[in-house]
Amino acid sequence: MTIDETRAAVHFKPLNVGRWIVWGLFALLLIVAPLWWTSGFALTMLSQMGIAIIACLAYNMILGQGGMLSFGHAVYSGLGSFLAIHTLNLASAGKLSIPVSLVPLVGGLAGLFFAFLLGYVTTKKSGTTFAMITLGVGELVWSMSLMLPEFFGGEGGISGNRVVGDPFLGITFGPQIQVYYLIAVYCYITTAAMFAFTRTPLGRILNAVRDNPERVEFVGYNTQIVRFLAFMASGFFAGIAGGLAAINFELVTGEVVGAHRSGAYLLFVFLGGATFFFGPIIGAILMVIALVLLSEWTKAWLLYLGLVFLFMVMYAPGGFASLIMMNLRVAAFGKLRRLWTSYLALLGTGLTVLVGGAAMVEMTYHLQMNAAMGPDVRFMGVKLDATGLDAWFGAAFTMVLGIVLFEFARRAFRQEWDQTQEEIEKEIKRRESL
Amino acid sequence: MDQVLINILNGISAGLLLFMLSSGLTLIFSMMGVLNFAHTSFYMVGAYLAYSMSQAVGFWPAFLVAPLVVGVMGAVFERYALRKVHKFGHVPELLVTFGLSYVVLEVVKLVWGLSNVPFSPPEVLQGSAFTVMQSSETGLGLMLGAAPKALCVGNDTVKLACSTFPAARFFIMAVAVVMLLFLWLLLTRTRIGLVIQAALTHPEMVEALGHNVPRVLMLVFGSGCALAGLAGVIGGMTFITEPSMAAIVGSIVFVVVVVGGMGSLAGAFVGSLVIGLLQTLPLTVDHSLADAARSLGWAVTPQTFGYPFLKITLSQAAPILPYLLLVLILIFRPKGLLGTRED
Repeated sequence: MTIDETRAAVHFKPLNVGRWIVWGLFALLLIVAPLWWTSGFALTMLSQMGIAIIACLAYNMILGQGGMLSFGHAVYSGLGSFLAIHTLNLASAGKLSIPVSLVPLVGGLAGLFFAFLLGYVTTKKSGTTFAMITLGVGELVWSMSLMLPEFFGGEGGISGNRVVGDPFLGITFGPQIQVYYLIAVYCYITTAAMFAFTRTPLGRILNAVRDNPERVEFVGYNTQIVRFLAFMASGFFAGIAGGLAAINFELVTGEVVGAHRSGAYLLFVFLGGATFFFGPIIGAILMVIALVLLSEWTKAWLLYLGLVFLFMVMYAPGGFASLIMMNLRVAAFGKLRRLWTSYLALLGTGLTVLVGGAAMVEMTYHLQMNAAMGPDVRFMGVKLDATGLDAWFGAAFTMVLGIVLFEFARRAFRQEWDQTQEEIEKEIKRRESL
Repeated sequence: MDQVLINILNGISAGLLLFMLSSGLTLIFSMMGVLNFAHTSFYMVGAYLAYSMSQAVGFWPAFLVAPLVVGVMGAVFERYALRKVHKFGHVPELLVTFGLSYVVLEVVKLVWGLSNVPFSPPEVLQGSAFTVMQSSETGLGLMLGAAPKALCVGNDTVKLACSTFPAARFFIMAVAVVMLLFLWLLLTRTRIGLVIQAALTHPEMVEALGHNVPRVLMLVFGSGCALAGLAGVIGGMTFITEPSMAAIVGSIVFVVVVVGGMGSLAGAFVGSLVIGLLQTLPLTVDHSLADAARSLGWAVTPQTFGYPFLKITLSQAAPILPYLLLVLILIFRPKGLLGTRED
């Protein structure tokens, strides 16, 4: 008996209870969510969230795990959408026999194929140059979509019909709830697959390529091939998201490969948190809320979004996920109780700044866009006269007051936060020495 | 022939305008390692500011002041946002400029509206700079200003054709060349230029000699933005001043920088001219691959395989040519035309 075998024999692998609970809760949430929110609007939101979760996680495979900042990842989800809708139309015409439930996989394969084709060029470089090249490739595909109306459908896009073939167990994919569950199944499986990917040797070496490519080269790996493989895997999952989107909307237009979509992926994955696996899930949910709800509430939503993004990059580059994890750590050491008053102060003063600033932005937008409809703006249930001096003075005063108070609250919070962190570090050292 | 000459000049003026943008971008990149994603946002702000100022104080003061204001904005952004994220690494630096591009676009829409503003050149620059005359007897002729109608009408024996070159485009070329000279002199012949060049390669040593390197970086970032602003003033008045002008130029400028070679000023110059010509010249060619095949005697019909590709004319394909060039360069010469970095 060799030493290796004895080692294998006594290897102890405990059941990771926490992980089973988390994945069980995730599955449960996907199943019961449409039973809680039963309205048609909620169902469309949930379907879009499921798709966005897959797309954002796929994007984070290269951004978070591989350190590759792409400005053109919508290309792979978008081309997946186009191939999927063409497949759906072929199936409708009776030229191809494929169940609708497998059409997203066609999208995935399309994403994989194009990631293979274009990724070979883009992954030759890393870092900043990679970002610029993905931008160029994204523009290339987008311009192609205008030049080839036969494939991309021109301005109107390509429409399809997802009710194809004989119903299987009564499932026709006509009602939205059936599409939702198809998305939920795909969402769960792909999320699990992408999490499993982070645990594979390839996923680990990808992290190493992100952190120290030079050293990885010395160890004997070709960083370019590692990036290329990860890029293709990401393209595959992005394509699945695109295929699901094609089934969900039954319409694919050229803008799904455009720079706006790519920018949205980057923005929200970062807001959610690229350094944690679950960060992009938060980002995806925020993305759907912003695109569907926020854009209804205010015309200036992109301005607010850009500002939130700027401050996030400057003060919390780990996104919401890192904020959650930092506070969980504080809570785990039982010190959250000391901080909650400063959190309240920060929230109150922050909201004051927001109310003042937003009032001014909304009034400016009103004057710029629909001045013909009279000077009155409805803002948070109050009627403001956008041409009157008092409304402007009030808004500016609120904002300045808010900023001053926020600064005071921030300084107090900073002090307490640093003190808490110091105590936690001490506590960790104490436990280690025990 | 006259038309071809004018087209080449148009291409060169477009290329020089691109160089005003890509030179600032390259300088900032090679010194700070920061890819300024918001560079063309400053270009747009320059155009809009100059428009508003020219309403108030006339074009020429605006032409001088607007770039300076844009430069100050850039320096302030560097000092209070970019320097904060420097410790997080290059990706957050790129992201903060990416966020800025969103905010600038929205603020521009907020202040100046969604549609384009009527920003036109002053009267001096509205006419044509010179006219190229093509005659079947005397060959090519050149005339300053617009040629009188009578000179351009031929008769039965002599065929005459006139093409004019707009003064505004000539102005672009003049400003770009003057700026290029100025930049070159500044970088090679002055003390501050020497400090900048030294800070490029040996920042620690320069700091040890008592120069404030962060302030030099702020200065470079501000000057790069001012150059973008200047390009915005002359680009905005010649072309259209609209909220999408930043996005239109933005991706092209990045192509220029990659094609020329990251961090190489000479490369940026060559890349700008190549891309400028590549964007302009094909616009006049209204033939497709299918036409070429037909002239060779091959039968190409709508049933031929790949007909949707073959029937695209060169003028239709013009928007993608720079990106195709980018892909080809990356495959065959990954460090760019004149680049030295291999990463």
